[in-house]
Amino acid sequence: MIYSLCFVLFIIGLYCALTKKNIVKIVIGLIIMEYAVNLFLVLLGYRKDGVAPIVEKTTNPLEFLATSVDPLPQALVVTSIVIGLGVTTLAIALCIKLYEKYGTFDISEIRRLKG
Amino acid sequence: MNTTMLIPLLVAIPLLFAFFIPLVARKIRVLADILGNLATLGALIIAILIFGSRGIYELGGWSPPIGINWVLDGFSNLMLVIINLISFTATLFSSKYMEQYTAKYKYYSLFLLMVAGMNGVVLTGDMFNLFVFLEIASVASYALVAFGGNHEELEASFKYLILASIGSTLILFGIAFTYGATGYLNMASIASTISSGGRNPILLFAVVFFIVCFGIKAALVPFHPWLPDAHPSAPAPISAMLSGVLIKALGIYALTRVLFNVIGMTTVFGWVLIAVGVLSMVVGVFLAVGQWDFKRLLAYHSISQMGYVILGIGLGGYILSSGGEQSAAMLAILGGIFHLANHSVFKSLLFLCSGSIEYSAGTRQLKEMGGLLEQMPLTRATCTIASLSIAGVPPFNGFWSKLIIIIAAFQAGFPWLAAITILVSFVTLISFLKVLRYAFLGKLPEALRQVRESPAIMAIALVILAILCTGMGLLLVPGVREVILDPAVAALLQGIEYAQVALPVF
Repeated sequence: MIYSLCFVLFIIGLYCALTKKNIVKIVIGLIIMEYAVNLFLVLLGYRKDGVAPIVEKTTNPLEFLATSVDPLPQALVVTSIVIGLGVTTLAIALCIKLYEKYGTFDISEIRRLKG
Repeated sequence: MNTTMLIPLLVAIPLLFAFFIPLVARKIRVLADILGNLATLGALIIAILIFGSRGIYELGGWSPPIGINWVLDGFSNLMLVIINLISFTATLFSSKYMEQYTAKYKYYSLFLLMVAGMNGVVLTGDMFNLFVFLEIASVASYALVAFGGNHEELEASFKYLILASIGSTLILFGIAFTYGATGYLNMASIASTISSGGRNPILLFAVVFFIVCFGIKAALVPFHPWLPDAHPSAPAPISAMLSGVLIKALGIYALTRVLFNVIGMTTVFGWVLIAVGVLSMVVGVFLAVGQWDFKRLLAYHSISQMGYVILGIGLGGYILSSGGEQSAAMLAILGGIFHLANHSVFKSLLFLCSGSIEYSAGTRQLKEMGGLLEQMPLTRATCTIASLSIAGVPPFNGFWSKLIIIIAAFQAGFPWLAAITILVSFVTLISFLKVLRYAFLGKLPEALRQVRESPAIMAIALVILAILCTGMGLLLVPGVREVILDPAVAALLQGIEYAQVALPVF
């Protein structure tokens, strides 16, 4: 159920990226999509009333397995957030450059390429 | 020497130089050239040294499924040699060509990041690691497409960035699904879980995402619109890299690896690949015929030629999963992979030729060229070789791989596929005759009177690739073929038995 909400968020992002005219809004759509995937990943490892996945010397391994949340997706999400940050930075830098050259953020006016 | 220890160097060398060059070469421009070429040459030497060997390198000493491992098998071997060979010739070419631009050290830095990313993609045995390397290579390529900083380049780069980032988001979704369905990220562990536990319907979702996202990266037809903008806008050596290896390493290689070795091929996926392949072939070539911008024409042909590759591989996968003859499947996959190797050589050669013409004549519009026959004999010779190769004229390499795909289509009982292949090949020939006719024959325009052959170092890069174009047909000679091409085919044929090779402890 809650997984499908991630999908809804993803579709919203996709819709935004594909239909908006303003290039900054397109980038925002991209970010929304990224967040939807990150949420989905975190949800995969989530467990109701789970504890933080930290092993101490006194921890009982079996009990740990039964109660802790899955730590791996969290590690993946941190990585993917960093990658997303890089892509977003580059995209925004391109937007600024495009604005300098064309004097507009409107994608329908940025049309030199054809064919 | 232990070859396993050489595996990480393929990623480490370009990565190290990518950070090192901006530090030392900011003031001395020549240093950037030397270091850049040194890095790609080093990577090429290592790729050749470890050719034919198998190995598994465990990152940080953690063994899978907890840690990440890098797996060297037949297919990776072949891809590594192709990637590093093309990147070496491209850096050789850039050392003169990139004089037109400022900030050469930034260029080399991005270039090497891209190479590191691609080497990582073909080496890795872990799904998430694949995603990370894929993003490294992609982000570097977005920046490289925009390198010129003019109107068209920025626009193309933005378009490319948005489409490819949507693709990257989808691959992460697909990885999340696979992880949810199997509980592993290691490719071999996923494969063995699937083969023992049967298919989870969730995996089908993941496959759809994988086909779409790798299709975007490989510019297969429904997902192609970014390519004809992005590839021509980049500087010529980068176009050669993008068309020559990036779409293959990030798109075709990753797609086939995931479909064949991780998820496992089925007849449905085979049909999807065949359909996408045929569509790309036909649409790409007919869009290409009408182009007058040399590089744009080449870019459309890339789409079409990628169709050949995916058709061959898809056909092989289809025969394999429908229980057909092993030898026919092998032939089809061999054709696909061989065409992949050939295409990276002749397409990068064509892009470098276009760069050479642009460098000397200052234009890439075919209508403004003409009569360059006398002025640029070497570029003309190499360009002719490459054009004949891509059009499939014997004895050049493109002919052999296309022939194999056609024979395989006949053997599999799809004569209509063979017919389409021949037709597309014919249209390709027409469009390249047009290129040769307009660029080199005809009357020399007054404006191009002063044009001279491009500098020697650029010519060397052209000649290396032209020799390969002529000689690569020899790879099919029995004896050579068993060493170079067959291991790559075998790596795909083993299907999800991959787990036994890549994960001996399991």
